[in-house]
Amino acid sequence: MKLYITMKTALNALRRNVLRTLLTTLGIVIGVGAVITMMEIGNGATIAIRKTMASIGANTLVIIPGAANTGGINFGAGSLMTLTPQDADAIVKECPSLASVAPIVRARTQIVYGNRNWSPTYIYGTTPSFLEVREWTELAEGESFDEHDVRNSNRVCLVGQTIVRELFGGRSPLGKEVRIRNVAFKVVGVLKMKGANMMGLDQDDILLAPWTTIKYRVVATSLGSSSQSESATTISSSNNPYVAVSAFLYAVPSATEQASTPQPIRFANVDQILTAARSSSSIPSAIQQITMLLRERHHLKVSSPNDFNVRDMTEITKAMSSTTDMITKLLLCVAMISLVVGGVGIMNIMLVSVTERTREIGLRMAVGAEPGDILRQFLTEAVVICLLGGTMGIILGRTSSYIISSVLHWPTSASIGAIVAAVVVSASVGVIFGFYPAWKASRLNPIEALRYE
Amino acid sequence: MDLIELKDVHKTYYLGEVAVPVLKGVTLSIARRELVALMGASGSGKSTLMNLLGCLDNASSGEYWLDGKEISKLTAKEYARLRNRTIGFVFQSFNLLPRTTALENVMMPLTYSREYLSEQQKRQHAADLLRKVGLADRIDHQQSQLSGGEQQRVAIARSLVNQPSILLADEPTGNLDSRTSKEILQMFQQLNSVDGITIILVTHDQEVAQWAQRIIRIKDGLLEDNSEPVEAGSAT
Repeated sequence: MKLYITMKTALNALRRNVLRTLLTTLGIVIGVGAVITMMEIGNGATIAIRKTMASIGANTLVIIPGAANTGGINFGAGSLMTLTPQDADAIVKECPSLASVAPIVRARTQIVYGNRNWSPTYIYGTTPSFLEVREWTELAEGESFDEHDVRNSNRVCLVGQTIVRELFGGRSPLGKEVRIRNVAFKVVGVLKMKGANMMGLDQDDILLAPWTTIKYRVVATSLGSSSQSESATTISSSNNPYVAVSAFLYAVPSATEQASTPQPIRFANVDQILTAARSSSSIPSAIQQITMLLRERHHLKVSSPNDFNVRDMTEITKAMSSTTDMITKLLLCVAMISLVVGGVGIMNIMLVSVTERTREIGLRMAVGAEPGDILRQFLTEAVVICLLGGTMGIILGRTSSYIISSVLHWPTSASIGAIVAAVVVSASVGVIFGFYPAWKASRLNPIEALRYE
Repeated sequence: MDLIELKDVHKTYYLGEVAVPVLKGVTLSIARRELVALMGASGSGKSTLMNLLGCLDNASSGEYWLDGKEISKLTAKEYARLRNRTIGFVFQSFNLLPRTTALENVMMPLTYSREYLSEQQKRQHAADLLRKVGLADRIDHQQSQLSGGEQQRVAIARSLVNQPSILLADEPTGNLDSRTSKEILQMFQQLNSVDGITIILVTHDQEVAQWAQRIIRIKDGLLEDNSEPVEAGSAT
């Protein structure tokens, strides 16, 4: 009841000078509007930066087989052949923290088109989801190969810009055939330019093909060799045109012979598995899930160490979170300054108002208002101005961030936190900056106040 | 015991180090239902005495008995309550709230009273008072739409809203023409005789003072001895 009367008195007082009230409110409107706009732009920028960072590979996790150790000789990371394409399938199915997974089979060899040849940095046999993992789904030309191509070991490939330049002289390679160790691959798509990675390796110097094709048609000869990319050393040479087909040391068994002495199915391993976590924050849980799943799939005893390694891009992740944090804080600082300016404006106007209404204060005291009543009245006025400004500021902020996002195509995202904070902050600005004038009013001497001209 | 009794009241202001005695031992009593005039030249201590009587200020020394209670040592808060409940003020310059209707002006002191009244009751009460002072058709007019006399009537209605026992009028006719002044003074007289409210008229105008039953004269901080009662209604 008391509160209702105080509110009503405050509103009446504010209504007596609508223009001034509105102008005072404007300071807070702009302040709160700025806070909300900045927060939303900041959020949007954060999301945009995350996306960019993700395309660099910030969320990427690389699963590499462990080191093979035979007779005291360690062959280094990746020398075990324990990762399988089935592992990749299981990971994408059973690890909720992961967005996508692509197995990778590497080859290092020469590719030929017409009278030109080139040795790309990367020849990757993979699945179409490789492009998702690397955030590379937009192609410059053509289309990606699909799951069907992977299943059928189709001889199709995607090439990067460097290969287009070096092998095709910059002309469109779509539909052309490149030969990799005498296996003809049809170019179905061209990747967009990505540039060098952080280690300075040219990421556009890449050829992507279904992993089955690379595995069984290109590096089939090197199956069983302990190192993965060394096959490139046995560069196809003119004196062995059938290098893609393993040399037959024995007579081809007939169908009956095959049926009676079944050969063990070829164990297909992959050189690494590339995965993308859903977000940078889910990387730790993703690592945990992968580790648990692969240990189970590889039937590892509790005591035995992992036969694989999961690597993340800690450096990039750190850089990303510190960048986005800084942007948000910076924007918030700017917005807070405008709120403080708005608050000082309120204090200013409230002081003027107290001086202007000295006689009114004197009168109210004469008819029985206690100092506390006067303090409450002026404080309420300040808070009402601020809450009014806060409400209008929220509308302004939402509107302007909407306009910015639709006109400038900046990514913005609504933030409930920002709105709540704006209301709380504007009310506190009212209390903080309204207190001094209100206190001053309550300390007036009624006799002098009544005599004030 | 009379409604108001002052016993040897002193009031001294301090301008820095210099003490300025304004009231130098005022002893005074005003009975219930009395209509008195307080007269004095400017600088005589008239305003100071009025502020003391109106509980706006407290004495440096001496006793102030109001309605049987010694109140010279109360706190600011208790004074505020006394002003709200017991004393009504009417000022020379009316002091209505700007851009506020007559009704809201009259209702204003109720905001600070400790009794619970619903909004409806408050409006009713204030409107009754406005009718009583002859402003039935001016209830929703704003301060700026009222003439001086009408504003003073609103101010009187406002001073009566908490049913005070004392009405303190500081030069109530100072800003009014003679015809309106007379109306206002007649109203005071009626409030005094019909409603039994004790009224203290502070004035320097002999003609206004003639409306009172008794004139209290103050000079240089002391009451003059010739404070004789005048015949009620002798002025015409």
